[in-house]
Amino acid sequence: MRELQLSLNQTQKVRLQRALEKLESLSSKANSNASVTVADSIPVNYEDGLLKGHGTSEFNGEVVATVCGIVERVNKLVYVRALRARYKPEVGDIIVGRVIEVAPKRWRVEINYSHDAVLMLSSMNLPDGIQRRRTALDELNMRSIFEENDVICAEVRGFQHDGLHLQARSQKYGKLGRGQLLTVPSYLVKRRKQHFHNLENYGIDLIIGCNGFIWVGEHVQVTDDMVVDQVNKSEQDDAKPDENSFSPEYQEKNYTRQETRENICRAANAIRVLSTLGFNITVEVITETVDLSTSINVAIHEMLGSEFYVLVAEKESVRRSMTKKK
Amino acid sequence: MEYVSPEGLRLDGRRPMEMRQIRADIGVVAKADGSALFEMGNTKVIAAVYGPREVQNRSQQLNDSALVRCEYTMANFSTGDRMRKPKGDRRSTEISLVIRQTMEACIMTHLMPRSQVPLLHLGELFLHECVVCSFLSLVSLFFQIDIFVQVLQADGGTRSACINAASLALADAGIPMRDLVTSCSAGYLNSTPLLDLNYIEDSAGGADVTLGIMPKLDKVTLLQMDAKLSVETFENVMQLAIEGCKAVATYIREVLLENTKQLEYRRGI
Repeated sequence: MRELQLSLNQTQKVRLQRALEKLESLSSKANSNASVTVADSIPVNYEDGLLKGHGTSEFNGEVVATVCGIVERVNKLVYVRALRARYKPEVGDIIVGRVIEVAPKRWRVEINYSHDAVLMLSSMNLPDGIQRRRTALDELNMRSIFEENDVICAEVRGFQHDGLHLQARSQKYGKLGRGQLLTVPSYLVKRRKQHFHNLENYGIDLIIGCNGFIWVGEHVQVTDDMVVDQVNKSEQDDAKPDENSFSPEYQEKNYTRQETRENICRAANAIRVLSTLGFNITVEVITETVDLSTSINVAIHEMLGSEFYVLVAEKESVRRSMTKKK
Repeated sequence: MEYVSPEGLRLDGRRPMEMRQIRADIGVVAKADGSALFEMGNTKVIAAVYGPREVQNRSQQLNDSALVRCEYTMANFSTGDRMRKPKGDRRSTEISLVIRQTMEACIMTHLMPRSQVPLLHLGELFLHECVVCSFLSLVSLFFQIDIFVQVLQADGGTRSACINAASLALADAGIPMRDLVTSCSAGYLNSTPLLDLNYIEDSAGGADVTLGIMPKLDKVTLLQMDAKLSVETFENVMQLAIEGCKAVATYIREVLLENTKQLEYRRGI
């Protein structure tokens, strides 16, 4: 059993236990005994053409699980969804990663996968926004775009012969600055339509990468130049200096307000609490946790204290029972 | 020396066919992909699994399956009086090899050859379909799985405890396995078969059979014995060890199921 490394007093222990028990009862109503461990046989009614999917194998004519997880059935397909595994990239995933190497025409990016990903110079938009062939000069200037240890956001493009490729063909992708990178287990992040979030009341951006890297940073205006055509855009660029440029002068000129910085830390701590408790991490839950902390006036550093953990667990159990009723 | 008293009790007060108390804990190493702590009486072992990850040493990579590596170490404080030689001695090399071979037998390494797993996430479902074959040469990713086991406290049967811990850690890491491997030792002293020897019984000089089985498949993956026994006695001792392994398996499954359920309801799915 995965236990929390927290020092709880007696009442807190009881409250946490009660909250977790409630969560357990809520989930067990939905699907009872669907969880299996390695080498458990999965009961199937033997119709013709049963498809055995991930995490299953056959032994003596019965379907046997090969991983610990939940049995899922889709028509004739039976598979086991592992609850704890490394991140497995899928095409189109939005991920946050860290540049570890600048290589010829490419950057190597650490994305929490078993192998490092590759971001080709040709598969990203240049800062000037013009679509053109990448020249040798561009290649020499690669460090002006991303350097080692930069945190970047990109999309999974697919598997090529030399590994996993990324792409960053929009202004919303690219280098991330002025914020915090958090690492949570990737299985806590669900693939959704939206992974970029702007929490307007707090003035922060939240990028929940599918690989379990979460970026919490100051809000930056994004103009998606996929919409704006080239001619218009270049005119715009002349009119006002590019808002998305990450040049050092721009960054120095732009100072993050203390309030925003506090909000960033608050959101980051909320995510830390949620990931330690092992709750699914979505933008709704994060905002609720942040709201909870502000509403009861918990200081940022106290959010990592045991009392707040108990509160979050209680809140989550209430929230889930509410959604169940609806 | 008398290892079994006339009343039929062993030195530590157990019956001949009684196991020590076992306890397992999952998720003890935060950074690892999977980890477990396993206790058999006073023997305490920690295991951490990293992977599947990129092959670090290119010369070791295998074309048709994932590479499994294992490192067994004994903490210097694990035994009472003697200070063992640090890592690299022959005993730990041998045990590393034994554990590696035992775990290799249960890990479905063929699922992580250089292509299939990352390619389209087809899993076993389409493994045999020829559609995949045309892609095979396209992707060259090599995988390796590292198993680290360390003995924190040694009181006989470290080999078995390590295998049990590694098995749990692999299951925790979500690595596909044919079956869990569980292990238990048995011995023969004072013409009595004894289950799960402790250090004193282990060093008595009698036979010591370490057995590893896959309970579901009913197969033996490890069998070691360091003395002579007649065939009839050996069969008895081995039968006893099998019973021990099965008892361990039952317990391990309980722990894993409990852990799975907990992960499930915490996430609320």
